Amino acid sequence: MTPTPLVEVRAVRKAFGSFEALRGVDLDIGRGEKVALVGASGSGKSTLCRCINRLETITSGSITIDGQPLPEEGKALADLRAQVGMVFQAFNLFPHFTALENISLAPIHVRKVAKPDADAEARELLARVGLSDKADNYPAELSGGEQQRVAIARALAMHPQLMLFDEPTSALDPEMISEVLDVMSELANEGMTMLVVTHEMGFARHACDRVCFMDAGQIVEQNSPAEFFDTPKTDRAKDFLSKLLHH
Amino acid sequence: MDQIWQMLGENSSFLLNGVLTTVGLTILGFGGALVIGTIVAVFRVSPITPLRVVGTAYVEFFRNVPLLTLLILIVFGLPDIGLLFPLFWCGVLGLVLAGSAFICETVRSGINTISVGQSEAARALGMSFGTQLRLIILPQAFRTMVQPLVNNFIGILIGSSLASAVGVSDITNVTQQLNIRYAEAVVLFLLSGAVYLVFALGAGGVGSWLERLVSRSRIGSAR
Repeated sequence: MTPTPLVEVRAVRKAFGSFEALRGVDLDIGRGEKVALVGASGSGKSTLCRCINRLETITSGSITIDGQPLPEEGKALADLRAQVGMVFQAFNLFPHFTALENISLAPIHVRKVAKPDADAEARELLARVGLSDKADNYPAELSGGEQQRVAIARALAMHPQLMLFDEPTSALDPEMISEVLDVMSELANEGMTMLVVTHEMGFARHACDRVCFMDAGQIVEQNSPAEFFDTPKTDRAKDFLSKLLHH
Repeated sequence: MDQIWQMLGENSSFLLNGVLTTVGLTILGFGGALVIGTIVAVFRVSPITPLRVVGTAYVEFFRNVPLLTLLILIVFGLPDIGLLFPLFWCGVLGLVLAGSAFICETVRSGINTISVGQSEAARALGMSFGTQLRLIILPQAFRTMVQPLVNNFIGILIGSSLASAVGVSDITNVTQQLNIRYAEAVVLFLLSGAVYLVFALGAGGVGSWLERLVSRSRIGSAR
């Protein structure tokens, strides 16, 4: 791990009413590090991911990105979010814009890039995710896997320092999962810092540097993928992994 | 029967002006109400509490006061504070104020039909609240609002007849005047009623056409 982590999460708690989704989470993500966040549904992994770009506000604790604490809602937060890419389970492409426009929209209106330059870069990004021929298609005309690849390109167009993936393949048909994971693996190889909430244990094992296992709102175990999958330390992690194998 | 035709013939330009006044009141009233209503709706969904309070107060006031009361207050009240507008524009103002309160609620419910994921994706890309609304939320919301907006339009069209009571020479006012002169209430009000009916049906037709256009487009329902 590098000495100054890009993301520092300290003693973070998040309550939804009386339900505590996060109960004191500490997590560092180093520059260029790929961290997989795994655990059962409801363990708080998506909530943690969403807290990092403040789509959820934390109840207590602190989160800093690049040494800067997350600002209140407003211009400063918008600027910071622009540097943190996010990919959602439900893709959330803008249905009234074409694939190309989905990608170039934020660069044009947030980073104030000239339209021809933004469009040119959007085409490069589409090529990178293997969708050059879909530039003029609307999201409704794309398969789930294609939509998610456009969503990844859309996030990359903002030149983020960090990419958050919130269960990016959970809404996809099985045959489309690998096309999305391929794009993500490629991104990981290029040195992007990534936090990936996932149920794809193969991806966590092969593309990530570290696996964090969450249970009941806490990170109960974190280790290198090989260590975590082959010799889990905690009973809860063993239990979780055994269930994966048996179903 | 001949008498009636003669009456209509002699007053054709008077009647036509009445129709045009009704059309003007409705189009300006609806256009203004659409703009103001959208702005108030944005107030009501904004993260800034004072704006939400202002928006809510606006809607609760103008939605719950009879249009006729509002028109009378505008025509007889505003001159008291030194604001003297031509009667026609008083009518437009009343329709804009009342109409915008209803359109605000149409727009607000339209905004609420857009999944929260859309605004999350926009925020995650660093878009401000205003950019989000302008580029992502409102363009999608308006697509779901075609029929409710037709209802609002018809409400303003029919409401415009109340402007006759404060002396605006719309079609209702004109037929009233002719009725006083010729005592042909049934024929004259059938005529003015038919004018509203034709325009309302026309608005409904345009609405259905717009809705078909929207549903047939390639944008579809990708949510």
